Amino acid sequence: MNEITKDLMKQVTGLDELPKGAYNIREDSKSVARQSSENIKIVSKEDKSGIDIIVKPNTPSEHVYIPALVSCGGITDLVYNDFYIGENADVIVIAGCGVSTGDSCDGSQHNGIHRFFLAKNSHVRYVEKHIGVGEGTGKRVIDPETVVEQEEGSFMEMETTQIKGVDSTVRVTKAILKENAKLVIKEKLMTHGEQIAVSKFEVDMDGKNSSVNLISRSVARDNSKQTFISKITGNTQCMGHSECDAIIMDHGVVSAIPQITANSVDATLIHEAAIGKIAGDQMTKLMTLGLSEKEAEEKIIDGFLS
Amino acid sequence: MLVLENLSFEVEGEKEILKAINLTIDSGKLIAITGPNGGGKSTLARIIAGVVKPTKGKIFFKGQDITAAGITERAKMGISFGFQQPVRFKGITAHDLINIATGKTLTVLEASHYLSEVGLCAKDYIHREMNDKLSGGEIKRIEIATILARNTSLSIFDEPEAGIDLWSFNHLIDVFRKMHSDIDGSIIIISHQERILEVADEIIAMVNGEIVKQGSKESVLPELINCSDPKNCMYCQDILEEEEA
Repeated sequence: MNEITKDLMKQVTGLDELPKGAYNIREDSKSVARQSSENIKIVSKEDKSGIDIIVKPNTPSEHVYIPALVSCGGITDLVYNDFYIGENADVIVIAGCGVSTGDSCDGSQHNGIHRFFLAKNSHVRYVEKHIGVGEGTGKRVIDPETVVEQEEGSFMEMETTQIKGVDSTVRVTKAILKENAKLVIKEKLMTHGEQIAVSKFEVDMDGKNSSVNLISRSVARDNSKQTFISKITGNTQCMGHSECDAIIMDHGVVSAIPQITANSVDATLIHEAAIGKIAGDQMTKLMTLGLSEKEAEEKIIDGFLS
Repeated sequence: MLVLENLSFEVEGEKEILKAINLTIDSGKLIAITGPNGGGKSTLARIIAGVVKPTKGKIFFKGQDITAAGITERAKMGISFGFQQPVRFKGITAHDLINIATGKTLTVLEASHYLSEVGLCAKDYIHREMNDKLSGGEIKRIEIATILARNTSLSIFDEPEAGIDLWSFNHLIDVFRKMHSDIDGSIIIISHQERILEVADEIIAMVNGEIVKQGSKESVLPELINCSDPKNCMYCQDILEEEEA
């Protein structure tokens, strides 16, 4: 692993070295290190690039790391990862990708297509960070697609973070929820420069008492543009909530496009969206505590995206 | 400590909100400013903190002319300002705000001390976000805690009782009493509450942008409270307006 990759891995996963337990490290379109554990098996796909992550039923709380790292310009990486989570299993998936253009003027791109199949009463926490680095002038592009199918009583929490660095991203997340299944999505996003980010969510609540809570916090600076599309459909007694909260600065642009459809009188669906600049009284308050205007602005944004 | 010289504030085309205020506040004093709504009290407090610029006059703090100084500069010189309506933040916790107030990174235990001072169970509040899930009384008490944490030469509170329930209010009086005895600095409290006025060393009554009465609580308070004819009393305008409404 070269220095750029090591640095990307640290930023994406917080790891300095290979972890204990199950992991798969992908570097420049190849799997460079892999380990399965007693409960979590990682195997290569035979028909295309990617892996299957198979978690045994009743696995007690266990981590699996699957970072994808692109360390130089001119690489376009496409990967398919499928997660099969057994009944009553409880796992934390540390995913995410780091793309670097190095000093090249060629772009780097990583497109990850993740599918999650959660069996009955399983529990998944999915943590994903997107990092873009490198001095090169090429574009850093990350286009992830996540598909989630949740069986009865399963729970999934997705935390996705992308703070600066990525020039273009189109994120698509789709989910289908059965009875008593719960999905929580927390998205944090900051764009700057000329960056473009699109987040599109499509959630179908098919099972009774299923629920989704989708929370997006974002900051658009400079001339960057963001679009947040949330499409939630309630087909039975269920609870859906989506919230888009955005701060715009400079010439940043944010669009929030909600679409909530209740196909049942027992479906309760709520969408909230708030887009605006930093409130003047927030700045004033922090300045009365001794912060400069710039420090106050940083604190407000750090807190907002924390 | 603080000297205001011919301080005026006028909104163009509207009435004069402050009319040539002259006021000196000595070190170590607790001053209460009272009077009807719209009398200019909050504007005066905001001008001292630097949030609003006066249209005329000068402000001196510890002998220095600070009229042109910004909010941050004044805060660093030792002026604290507690908002009438505390500001809410997403993602910033009570602990974060106390850290910002002290300019240090305090341990949970150190920061909790200030929440306990204002009668909050620190364990329940130290990690709470300063967002709209906090009640008016809770956020007000945290606001006061940040001012205590700053421990500056001048602390200004704009209607600290607003939004506070009766139980908390009783505690609030003790907080100010203790603050007055513990710190060397001066305290200015803008208030309508008789019980807050009672803990002050000096009371200033403001009506229509002017100081109409100033003196020890013994000399000013009886006149404010024992009003024999509310209809002709400038201090009672608020009460009469409320009754009519």
